[in-house]
Amino acid sequence: MSGIPHEHYTPRTGIERWLHSRLPIVSLMYTTLMIPTPKNLNWMWIWGIVLAFTLVLQIVVGIVLAMHYTPNVAQAFASIQHIDRNVNGGALLRDIHSNGASLFFVAVYAHIFRGLYYGSYKAPREITWIIGILIYLAMMATAFMGYVLPWGQMSFWGATVITSLFSAIPLIGDPIVEWLWGGFAVGQPTLQRFYSLHYLLPFVIAALVVVHMWAFHTTGNSNPTGVEVRRDSIEVARKDSVPFWPYYVIKDLFALSLILTIFAVFVWFMPDYLGHPDNYKEANPLVTPAHIVPEWYFLPFYAMLRAITDDVWLIMILPINGKLGGVLAMFGSIAVLALVPWLDISRVRSGRFRPRFKWWFWILVFDFVVLTWCGSQPPEGLVPTISLAGTAYWFIYFLVILPVLGVTEKPLPQPDTIEADFDAHYPPKSSPTAAE
Amino acid sequence: MIKTRIIPALLAAVIILPGAALAAEEQIIEDVSFSYEGPFGTYDRLQLQRGFQVFHEVCSACHGLRYLSFRELRGETGPAFPEEQVKAIAALYEVYDPEIEDTRPGKPFDNFPHNTGAGAPDLSLMAKARAGFHGPYGSGISQLINGIGGPEYIYSMLIGYTGEEIEEAGKILYENHTFPGGKISMPPPLEEGLVEYAMHGGEDGDAGEAPEATVEQMAEDVSAFLMWAAEPLLVERKEAGLRNILMLIGLTVLLYFTNKALWAGIKRKE
Repeated sequence: MSGIPHEHYTPRTGIERWLHSRLPIVSLMYTTLMIPTPKNLNWMWIWGIVLAFTLVLQIVVGIVLAMHYTPNVAQAFASIQHIDRNVNGGALLRDIHSNGASLFFVAVYAHIFRGLYYGSYKAPREITWIIGILIYLAMMATAFMGYVLPWGQMSFWGATVITSLFSAIPLIGDPIVEWLWGGFAVGQPTLQRFYSLHYLLPFVIAALVVVHMWAFHTTGNSNPTGVEVRRDSIEVARKDSVPFWPYYVIKDLFALSLILTIFAVFVWFMPDYLGHPDNYKEANPLVTPAHIVPEWYFLPFYAMLRAITDDVWLIMILPINGKLGGVLAMFGSIAVLALVPWLDISRVRSGRFRPRFKWWFWILVFDFVVLTWCGSQPPEGLVPTISLAGTAYWFIYFLVILPVLGVTEKPLPQPDTIEADFDAHYPPKSSPTAAE
Repeated sequence: MIKTRIIPALLAAVIILPGAALAAEEQIIEDVSFSYEGPFGTYDRLQLQRGFQVFHEVCSACHGLRYLSFRELRGETGPAFPEEQVKAIAALYEVYDPEIEDTRPGKPFDNFPHNTGAGAPDLSLMAKARAGFHGPYGSGISQLINGIGGPEYIYSMLIGYTGEEIEEAGKILYENHTFPGGKISMPPPLEEGLVEYAMHGGEDGDAGEAPEATVEQMAEDVSAFLMWAAEPLLVERKEAGLRNILMLIGLTVLLYFTNKALWAGIKRKE
């Protein structure tokens, strides 16, 4: 593994040398844990560890829940009640797992928007970014299928609405939907395969996480200045960085502990707040809920899906209908996110030194919040118009604003090195202060 | 303490019952201060016992409670009925036993029978399957402060009858301020003095005067009982939460100082 120059592991004792010549696992752990990390990382760089922790938490808790859950349409709902009422600690496990999904998405959105603000996606970190998008897609699939498992009304109808989206694909749409369902409606085959895939996908995510980490351990972490750690020698690199252990391990543990305290308030005092009352009714294919809404973390994309209707002028001039347009908008919104390393052509990495970019970025964050709200509302009154405007801004930001800013924006001067930036904040004691 | 909260029918549509049309009038949800609300709230044992009596004498005629077992009635943080009484209560219900392929009197390990008489929904999870509070503007802030409001919904629905009867497609529906759509097929189940509350008394002999069985009193008691039926371990959950959150706060404080001391050298603060 290349990367920032750092000291390597040297086996000292006989047993270490014996192991090292056969399996250099200690060396791998040493290199991973001691990676030189920019010393100016701020609190937005903690989300990666939160995400890694949450993945492990969800897998461990999920495996225990799977020991008590029954993936059968006649018994699934009752088995959830069995977990809540009869399994020792079962209600706690279920509350952790369902709220854990929300923690996962809070963290991933913070992580993604941090990357967008600080230009973490820019060369040479495009692969890290793309792997990240794949992880996000796998997370969404996992969360969606997991929400179907309790077999409540929202589980069933959410699954029906989302899988039916594929019928918008011309010609092969309907066969694809039947293939996904394993029948002519969401039913036993659907529940059973979702259970199987819900168990499988987290391990795919774990593998992608390893690749994600491998990629950024090669390029080094990005940082708030967007200036790279110097690689001339170990001594020079040390001026810009600190080893991950213990500096960032302890910092991240502190942040994680604080976030888990807030998480605990949800788990132990309002476990159903983020859920939906309708999901405490058993799935009934004969009764449609008046208002089908996905979990909160899907709402922005659900709003984009519903925003595109047959009477949008763009749809009227294109040879597609509103339904297909909505599906394309929903998936397209992730696609433009994946392409951002090539859409943002500014030479400056960090938003800190991009005075105009900042405004557009914060409007994008606001847009995301507004779309979340739109997705939770019945599509009446002003909601469709706001959703459409929000969807339009999402695409304009990536496809128009970023490329144009790259040409027209005059960036602020950047610090020469991370060390210079760090010294400006924490002036060395011996030299006169540079903080002014 | 009851204050009235009026929520636009539009927002109520989020939890609306299947098939019910959007009503133009407003849904009324009363905010009841139940004893189990808040981080330190616990169930009121005597209220749960009264609520059980209302369920047993009134609701159970048509409604089931399929996910609740009789033995849970002994729960220390719940109604805490004595063991002998639980046995006696269980025996009052006929439950289906698949081994003998027939019904027999219930035993404590059985669940309450599955009853869908007259198409009535099961009540085990009713307190969690309905929302009383929503807004403002669908933001859920009201739920953050007041709770999701399932028991408040049940209470309001039980006292929400206007007395009007509407005939629709050969069926009699009853006008109700709380039920989504404003018309419900269940006749008003409660009337003043319908239940004669037993003298209170547990094993520890804390006998007390039972309250008047007004419609409001019965509605409040049975709503509390149904909340307990939906989550018999609510008090245990909150107690564990307090312990765990205190522990996490302690850990966070320790890590804060560890982190500060660790970085002091790098940040030249020593």
